Amino acid sequence: MDINKDLIAASSTPIVLAILAEEDSYGYAILKRVRELSDGRMEWTDGMLYPVLHRLERLEFVESRWEAREGERRRKYYRITRQGRAQLAEERRQWQAVDATLRGIWRMLGDDAAPGAPLPQST
Amino acid sequence: MQSAEKSEALERQIEQWRNFLRRRQAIHPVDVAELEDHLREQVAALVDGGLDEEEAFLVAVKRMGSLDALSREFAREHSDRLWKQLVVLPSEPGDARPGIRTDAIAAFALAVAAALLVKLPALFGFGLDEHAGFYARNASLFVLPLVAGYFAWKRPLDSTAIQRLAMAFIAAAVIVNVYPFAPEGNTLVLAALHLPVALWLLVGVAYAAGRWGEAEGRMDFVRFSGELFIYYVLIALGGGVFTAFMLMLFEAIGIDAEPFLESWLLPCGAAGAVLVAAWLVEAKQSVVENMAPVLTRLFTPLFALLLLAFLATLAFSGRGLNVERELLIAFDLLLVVVLGLLLYSISARDPARPPGLFDIAQVVLVASALLVDAVALWAIAARITEMGLTPNRVAALGLNLLLLVNLAWSAVLYVRFLRQRNTFHALLRWQTNYLPIFALWAAIVVVAFPPLFGFI
Repeated sequence: MDINKDLIAASSTPIVLAILAEEDSYGYAILKRVRELSDGRMEWTDGMLYPVLHRLERLEFVESRWEAREGERRRKYYRITRQGRAQLAEERRQWQAVDATLRGIWRMLGDDAAPGAPLPQST
Repeated sequence: MQSAEKSEALERQIEQWRNFLRRRQAIHPVDVAELEDHLREQVAALVDGGLDEEEAFLVAVKRMGSLDALSREFAREHSDRLWKQLVVLPSEPGDARPGIRTDAIAAFALAVAAALLVKLPALFGFGLDEHAGFYARNASLFVLPLVAGYFAWKRPLDSTAIQRLAMAFIAAAVIVNVYPFAPEGNTLVLAALHLPVALWLLVGVAYAAGRWGEAEGRMDFVRFSGELFIYYVLIALGGGVFTAFMLMLFEAIGIDAEPFLESWLLPCGAAGAVLVAAWLVEAKQSVVENMAPVLTRLFTPLFALLLLAFLATLAFSGRGLNVERELLIAFDLLLVVVLGLLLYSISARDPARPPGLFDIAQVVLVASALLVDAVALWAIAARITEMGLTPNRVAALGLNLLLLVNLAWSAVLYVRFLRQRNTFHALLRWQTNYLPIFALWAAIVVVAFPPLFGFI
């Protein structure tokens, strides 16, 4: 299933912030986590993650540092900030509103999926 | 995990890829390093999955996305880098930008229009000599709407934005022309000086187009303003040499070219040159290193030393300040220069770089300027009531307070940045958010001062 570009772009902020809320991470690992969490449904172009991370850093939602961990290359790690957590909570509220609205609409259209049940994979 | 033996072929390919990336101005070396780390890990994972190194490399590069798209995204996020690379890659291959040629034609047509606009009132009997006040208060209205128009055409702006800008310009024109100013009165001079500042904001809105709401969009406009000023000065210098030759040549055959110079060449040239300079800044961004930041680097330490020397002399010699009429204005100008130095070094600084020696010089400059200004304000405060509140003094005092607040908070943010308590972006945002306040103050001086002080 291809998810359109606008949806990918809109959801990138909460997804990246949520992954960083679990633990500090770096680009490649973040992408891997996105793939796991979405069962491979969200395919990001790898390079595009970095401008997103830089934007979040500019907005002070995340901070970065270069660090070499045991037996690994030096790489740039990102950590979520206090503002980042606040933003994540805000994004969560907004997405829940969108989600609730859409669920209502699917129900209205006669979809038999109960609220909370996984959405059908494809139409 | 890295495998112990790295194939040389893979290293060569990565090297090649890195060099490709480095050619993109929007992607800095530190970002290339970050992307390279990603590429290497991806390759390693694919090799673990059973691909050979060459296939793994190809797949990893493909997943990274097209370099054009990538550098466009980087440029969008880091528009300070994009600014030096005016020729942004067209977003789609078929999407042709209006060429440099069309731009040039439009700019020169508008320059001619500005020159004609300056001479238009003379047709209706408003000569430059007998109606100096009319020209003083309208000077910016001859030129700046055309500059805004140029950007409205070039960006392009949508029609509601254009309507709003046009209404603002018309409102300004109506106000300065229906107010019954006393000839050569203080409020007339103040309005003539402050109107360009207020209108410059409108040019900024047109320049930044949809990006005026973003700190980066406003910062781009600051960069543009600095370069425009420098190009304008250069054009003026060239114009000076040109007129000197013109006068000399015609004098050699006994014809006095000065009346032509004064009533045609000078006013028309001064107006048209703004448009030409605006076009040059846009067209030449990528060719010439931005000059404003270079000049700031040169003069920030010098000004810091000057102010420190002044403060030291003041403290040790025990001399007081001569409180003269122009003292406040002189110190306003000093703060404007300091703010300019601060603003243009901010505009050229990579926000991600850690604090360095130059940042300390910057803080010293701002702190010493604040001290010097505090001394001046102290000296003036005692005398201001006995000297009386004229419009000039209120305007100068207001500007001084605006600059003081701006620089004081900048100093706080800068020190916090040096101590790594906040990022450089905080300072950037503070400065760009402050820009409209200057324009607002200028608008207040133009609109509210004349009636408040009885148009004297």
